[in-house]
Amino acid sequence: MSVTANILPSKVVDRVAVRSWKTPILFGALALFAVVVFVLLGPSGHATFRLSQEGDAWQVPNLVLPAKVFGIIVAVVCVLLAAQSYRQMKNDGRIAKWVTMTFTVAFVIGLMVWIIGGTKTQNITLVGLFTGAMLITTPLVFGSLSGVLCERSGVINIAIEGQLLAGAFTASLVSSITHNAFAGLFAAAVAGVFVSFLLAAFSIKYVVNQIIVGVVLNVLVSGLTGFLFEKIMKIKVDGVTIYNQPAQLPDLPIPFLSEIPVIGPTLFRQSIIGYFMLILVAALWFGLFRTRWGLRIRAVGEHPMAADTVGINVNRTRFLNVLAGGAVAGIGGAYFTLVAVSSFSKDMTGGLGFIALAALIFGRWNPIGAALAALLFGVAGNLQSILSLAGTPIDGQFLAMLPYALTILAVSGFVGKSRAPAADGEPYVKG
Amino acid sequence: MSETQKVKDPTPPVKESQGSQVVREIMSGNAVISVLAVVVALVIGGILIAVTDPRVSTASGYFFADPGATFSAIWSSVSEAYGALWRGATYDPTARTWQGQLGIFETLTFATPLILSGLAVTLAFRAGLFNIGAQGQIILGAAFAGAVGFGMHLPPVIHLLAVILAGAIGGAIWGGIAGFLKAKTGAHEVIVTIMLNYIAISLVLYLLKNQLKDPTSTNPISPQMDANAMFPLLLGPNFRVHAGLIVAILAVIGVGWLLNRSTLGFEYRAIGANPKAARTAGMLVSRGYITVMLISGALAGLAGVAQIAGTEKSLDSEIAGSIGFDAITVALLGRSKPWGTFFAALLFGAFKAGGTSMAVNADVSIDIVAVVQSLIVLFIAAPPLIRSIFRIKAARREGASA
Repeated sequence: MSVTANILPSKVVDRVAVRSWKTPILFGALALFAVVVFVLLGPSGHATFRLSQEGDAWQVPNLVLPAKVFGIIVAVVCVLLAAQSYRQMKNDGRIAKWVTMTFTVAFVIGLMVWIIGGTKTQNITLVGLFTGAMLITTPLVFGSLSGVLCERSGVINIAIEGQLLAGAFTASLVSSITHNAFAGLFAAAVAGVFVSFLLAAFSIKYVVNQIIVGVVLNVLVSGLTGFLFEKIMKIKVDGVTIYNQPAQLPDLPIPFLSEIPVIGPTLFRQSIIGYFMLILVAALWFGLFRTRWGLRIRAVGEHPMAADTVGINVNRTRFLNVLAGGAVAGIGGAYFTLVAVSSFSKDMTGGLGFIALAALIFGRWNPIGAALAALLFGVAGNLQSILSLAGTPIDGQFLAMLPYALTILAVSGFVGKSRAPAADGEPYVKG
Repeated sequence: MSETQKVKDPTPPVKESQGSQVVREIMSGNAVISVLAVVVALVIGGILIAVTDPRVSTASGYFFADPGATFSAIWSSVSEAYGALWRGATYDPTARTWQGQLGIFETLTFATPLILSGLAVTLAFRAGLFNIGAQGQIILGAAFAGAVGFGMHLPPVIHLLAVILAGAIGGAIWGGIAGFLKAKTGAHEVIVTIMLNYIAISLVLYLLKNQLKDPTSTNPISPQMDANAMFPLLLGPNFRVHAGLIVAILAVIGVGWLLNRSTLGFEYRAIGANPKAARTAGMLVSRGYITVMLISGALAGLAGVAQIAGTEKSLDSEIAGSIGFDAITVALLGRSKPWGTFFAALLFGAFKAGGTSMAVNADVSIDIVAVVQSLIVLFIAAPPLIRSIFRIKAARREGASA
């Protein structure tokens, strides 16, 4: 009791004393951007969002927004919210969640209307936008959940890229050999665990720096899959590459739910991996923050010595978590070759593992936050490819930069407080 | 006495910053471990080559009837591959042209940007920072160098110097961002530099579509550099070795002096060993972070210059290849010492030069080089593992690090 009494007041003092002006400054800058770009440089005409496709059971009328008027509304809202964030920081020393949330949503919608209004066609199919985004989002979610599992227990996982790639390769190989997509899925999880095992063995047992191991494992997996791809997957029998023809996982639409406009095709017309993703996000959130298991993991990640003192085996917990993370990322990798495309190609994950790392950080090491960040990055990525066809006022490359730029802002403290678990990356040596 | 004991004890390894621990880990190993790590990595690579060779699998089909056939198949498979690797990297009497025989100069060509970017990682490392962002800094350096190299028309020598300076500035800006954010906001440099790598690629792709685009080409590629802006070739037009190698060697000497002889270098090493102690001693840790990343970025930028003004002649989004990531492994293999980095870069340059000839002559994909390289680093980073494989006693190490 006396210990808590000693610690608590200092914590309270900390909170009152530290005022970070970064977020109000950022909001102010973005509000200014909104005023200049959305209002002054705003396109005339309308932005049309098509909500349903031809042949859908329920036809929903298109959402048509006058770009200029809408831009003015968004700009005004942004300016007001930026002022509110400044006022709250001054008075309370912190910014209410709803201010941040509303600002983000308003700004993103404003940006969308501005972009779409500026294209030649001035319309976009939301279903296409979101279902296309899921192709990027799904592996991102698995990758960032792998990161959540590892980093919450205190092991930095830079090897997400390698785990995804190993999963993609193994899924394709095993699914091709067995003609059974589920065997491929299982093998992908095993491959992810294998990469994780190396990460855990080197970083926990041999106490090698975790970042080094992660970076090196990515090179190792890239080289290994590339080598085996050339040696095995290019073997042709009767002109067909028999080891790179994976049996695919079919889409399993859920009756009724899959008919909901936009949401249905996005969430309820997926393969089994997609549904597993939804369950996993919820389960991990619940597990981490509502169960004894999660409390232990967070204790190991925040203060391993305290956890050790109360009898938790720190390094075993970390080892198991890293292995579990590998299985999750491996399944995410299987998505590439069993669902998204029909065969493996060299380095096909293309840096998504690092965007997953970004999503993890932007989502503040929280499964739901990471999943939402992955969705945002997926939409941004898909918007980029859609817009490159539609002709836009802004270059697609700037949308491609968005996840990375947002992550830098997040780790520098401009977007809320993105704080890693306290013992993240610190090896624990008993003694 | 018991006082000091008490003060010392409550500082378990958990509290140590990552950088200092890595530095210690790398400095306390010895050369034997490095050599053994290379050997073990080559053996594993050889196993991979043998296992995937169809001749070996055919011979192993009748292993019990004729075990010798399997072993000779394994031997020929592995020796062909590594033989081609070795000849491609040094001297190949079987090559058709005499230029082709002297692979050693290709090794030096490939090593040049690796030396410079390896030094970038090494320097930051010694200050306790992980510069994973050499890739982005090379790209920015090459873009800046290119903009001056084909955008301006200056007299000889001056043009090349301007290109070198521009490249260093480009890399320094990109590295400096990470250093500044680390110093001022505490943002983890690993995350920031990884993100900056990707931003650099997008930025250059954008510039290659607009400002830096070659108007005569439909591809996202820049115009060619002016002849005045290129590094002179050291051995005439038959070999690609260029004066960038001299710049690289000067950089090795310069970084060696900086780290071991200058006040600034002393500060960096102090910060790397223990930032809190350095702060207590009156050093400006934040200023150290910023300046070391500026210099580190500038070195990586020079690697970009070596690429564009040495071998590639024009800018595209692939200008950095995998150099930025190889640089990390080079720095680790070189144990974060300037000359160590130099020799590690030569080794990896040899792998690259030899890997190309291996792919052509022995039909072994160059990817095996990445496997071997990453295994080398894994083993070097974990001396206890190599020690346990070869049963080397670790007696000296305890004394050395204490």
